[in-house]
Amino acid sequence: MAIKRRTFLKLTGLTLLGTAASAAVGNLLTRGEVKAREYTYPPEALTAKRWAMVIDVKKCKEGRDTCYAKCIEACHSIHNVPSIDDKKREIKWIWEDKFEHAFPEQADEHLKELFKDVPFLLLCNQCDNPPCVRVCPTRATFKNKEGIVMMDFHRCIGCRFCMAACPFGARSFNWFDPRPYVKKVNPEYPTRMKGVVEKCLFCYERLAQGKIPACVEACPEKALIFGDLEDENSEVSKILKERVSLRRKAELGTHPSVFYLID
Amino acid sequence: MYNAGKVIFFIIVLIVFFTIPMWLNFGRLEAIPQPELPKEEKKCVESKEYMKAYHMKLLDDWRKRAIRENQYIYIASDGEKYTISLQRTCMKCHTDKEKFCDRCHNFVITHPDCWDCHIAPEVAKKWQ
Repeated sequence: MAIKRRTFLKLTGLTLLGTAASAAVGNLLTRGEVKAREYTYPPEALTAKRWAMVIDVKKCKEGRDTCYAKCIEACHSIHNVPSIDDKKREIKWIWEDKFEHAFPEQADEHLKELFKDVPFLLLCNQCDNPPCVRVCPTRATFKNKEGIVMMDFHRCIGCRFCMAACPFGARSFNWFDPRPYVKKVNPEYPTRMKGVVEKCLFCYERLAQGKIPACVEACPEKALIFGDLEDENSEVSKILKERVSLRRKAELGTHPSVFYLID
Repeated sequence: MYNAGKVIFFIIVLIVFFTIPMWLNFGRLEAIPQPELPKEEKKCVESKEYMKAYHMKLLDDWRKRAIRENQYIYIASDGEKYTISLQRTCMKCHTDKEKFCDRCHNFVITHPDCWDCHIAPEVAKKWQ
């Protein structure tokens, strides 16, 4: 039996109407049962518009002989960072280097001499205009609304574009399973796996719990100062107004949020 | 149909062959995985049925909200607040990954890679 055009159109219309009606009725029936599942911010969290760190290299130098780089030790033990001796495969979130390596463009003879024995603590600069974020194909790394360049390790595919883009060498790649190289584990924080890039995340997980970053807390000389760069009254803003500071490779326009006091 | 007897016989043989796993496990209750639930805690973040069906989606949402939006607190449908963290919240009650997660996951042959990075409580204990 051939179906007539008229009947076909009628049937189509009825079917559409029926589908819409059943969806509407279904919605009405379940509306009362679906309860709100919501998310909120932890009340104790420290918040800022743009987190920044100021490192007083003089204080750092004064305390260096007695503190044995407590900041590095604190950071790496809290975040389960493996200690690998091989320089090509090592993982570092915060480390020490010489002035001429930290500031290769500034290193004329006199400055080099002046900062000869001064340790420069290097870490991810949490750039305001981060090149690593621009190149990440999976958005595993991104800048959050507090100015921290975050990593979503779940999404990292290990392409290492970010490592190529970072002008500061702040990112490390896991060439193998890092777990055997983590001596003492912090059960509150995960490790990473083979094939993932990692770096300093300004202790986002501690900020959420109302704590300042581990390195800042660990420094006995108070050489590391942490605060909101956008807040006029924060300690970092005040210090930067009064004293001479340098940022690493400022000419590249990445706008680092880590400052070095050099006066 | 030619050779009807043979054809039908082999069709039946084939059906029986492909359904062997079903017949072998027929009526066997022990095949159903029994994850060990925490003894002290009676209530999870959401209802048992919801967790059974949607725990993977919930965990995925948790991750996105916590890492991308800084929203580290989950408000459950009963109004209770939970800190979003696999190691600091979930595994504080479910203290044994092998007896909880793995029992079902092994049964349905899914191997999520959570534990490549996250540290299971029993692993943490051994490590220290």
